[in-house]
Amino acid sequence: MFNFSKINGRSLFTTVRGYTILILFAIVFLIPFYWMFATALKGDDQLFQIPPAWLPNPAVWDNFAQVFREVPFGKFLINSTVLVIWNVFGQVLSCTLVAYSFARLRFPGRNILFFVLLATLMIPRQVTLVPQFILFAKLGWVNTYLPLILPAFGGSPFLIFLMRQYMMTIPLDLDAAATIDGANRLQILRHIIAPISMPAIVLVAVFTFTDVWNDFMGPLIYLNDPDKFTVTLGLSFFQGAKETSWDLLMAGALMAMIPPMILFFIAQKRLLGGLAAAGIKG
Amino acid sequence: MSANIIKTWRQMPTSERREAIAGYLFISPWLIGFLLFTVGPMLFSLYISFTRWNIVGDPKWVGLANYERIFTADKDFRQALLVTFSYAAIYLPLSTIVGLAMAMALHLKLKGVGVFRTMLYLPYVVPSIAATLVWVWVLNGRFGLVNTVLAWVGIEGPNWFGNPRTALYGIVMIGLWGVGGSAVIYLAGLQNIPEHLYEAALVDGATEWQKFRFITIPMLSPTIFYLLIMGLIGVFQTFTSSFVATGGGPLKATFFYMLYIYNKAWESLRMGYASALAWVLFAIILAFTVVVFRSSALWVHYEAERD
Repeated sequence: MFNFSKINGRSLFTTVRGYTILILFAIVFLIPFYWMFATALKGDDQLFQIPPAWLPNPAVWDNFAQVFREVPFGKFLINSTVLVIWNVFGQVLSCTLVAYSFARLRFPGRNILFFVLLATLMIPRQVTLVPQFILFAKLGWVNTYLPLILPAFGGSPFLIFLMRQYMMTIPLDLDAAATIDGANRLQILRHIIAPISMPAIVLVAVFTFTDVWNDFMGPLIYLNDPDKFTVTLGLSFFQGAKETSWDLLMAGALMAMIPPMILFFIAQKRLLGGLAAAGIKG
Repeated sequence: MSANIIKTWRQMPTSERREAIAGYLFISPWLIGFLLFTVGPMLFSLYISFTRWNIVGDPKWVGLANYERIFTADKDFRQALLVTFSYAAIYLPLSTIVGLAMAMALHLKLKGVGVFRTMLYLPYVVPSIAATLVWVWVLNGRFGLVNTVLAWVGIEGPNWFGNPRTALYGIVMIGLWGVGGSAVIYLAGLQNIPEHLYEAALVDGATEWQKFRFITIPMLSPTIFYLLIMGLIGVFQTFTSSFVATGGGPLKATFFYMLYIYNKAWESLRMGYASALAWVLFAIILAFTVVVFRSSALWVHYEAERD
């Protein structure tokens, strides 16, 4: 039987093959970024050349500034940031409290309630979308940020699950020792469990940041006033108005993706590890 | 285990009772949110699915009329279902194959592989609207990147999103761009496969393909299963790409189910009908999930200690 391992230079062959595959993947997945970037720097006259130019000449850096002049992009950025801050605050607070309880306290019905929590992971968003909208509309909250912030304070089932799994790994002796020292449960959580669970808390914050920053349907449904638009909604509004200004659209899209990308670069080790853990345990 | 949990409140010593009260207090944010934003709305949604209601005024009870119309007369429902299922049939296998291939490439023991992992994961963190705009431009019939490259080899590319026969594939490409999200989960699965299995196979003279087929795939099947379920749920929620890229067109070729619900609820303000559509979809997703779960006994391999 033909066996590669008997050939000299097998390792060279597999190395070259490996890098070739990786580079091909990288080209295919990264080229759209380049195309977007190149387009963002093109002038009107360069946009509709056939064949399209690979390098913008001259590079019109002013396109990025032009986005801010055409639409209140600065306002969109601030709006998205406000929503992100509130959501991260709400999720971190609630997920920590709830996960702590599910992971480390005993109470009747805990397992059933935890099972219910897991079951809600399976409920598709569209079933609650319409009635939630009606609820918030009847409360007069359409065109405010409340519908986009309040639910975060209930905690996301997925993030609660992630944090609970993490807190389960902390030895219970720590709680017992702190109790003997006279600490109450809130103090135990604040001074012992939460600091140890920092990796999970960061994960919750990062997930929430990206989810809220990237959300399109929520703002689309609840916000009408362009002054209140988020970056994602602002982009679609921009697209509707400027169908042919692909240079500006690409500049806007590029700016919209920078914050989650920066965050990803900072937190990538933890994020990828956490995602993987969630995947296996799910 | 569950026997000693069932202990009546009165029998509990004070310390346990206090712990239980604390426990309930700590989970109360979730519990309140769950009742207010999930259970309440779901029950309400079930009720209004039997009514006609444009949000102003009172809902008018129409019994099963909405459901009857959905199943007998509604052509848009059938189209939305057809589009969503076609997308699932194309996208799910492709994302499994590409995601797995990518993960295997990232699993190679090569220098700098971490950089590639970062690069390939990057499209996944891009906001869906930005990704959609990028691809609408990349797939532009005349000035797009894809057709420019196709022209090099003498192929005249289609006007992707302007052609009912290709528009859905455009949406598939937008989805596949984010496949790095699944790849890292596959990668974690690959890293968990014990090395000695491959070593044993090598001793037995197994080929690369045999190792892949008889070790990698079975050992990875729980991960594939998990991502298949998540992918299924995700597919039925596809909205942004079709809403922004095509608005459901051309000729309703990308008229996704979620888009239909959105149109009914927020364009025509038919809350009752939209709710009925949502419940029908929920039932369909549930049925599919059950089928996948049931079938998992046949193809998902769990290690003995997990049984």
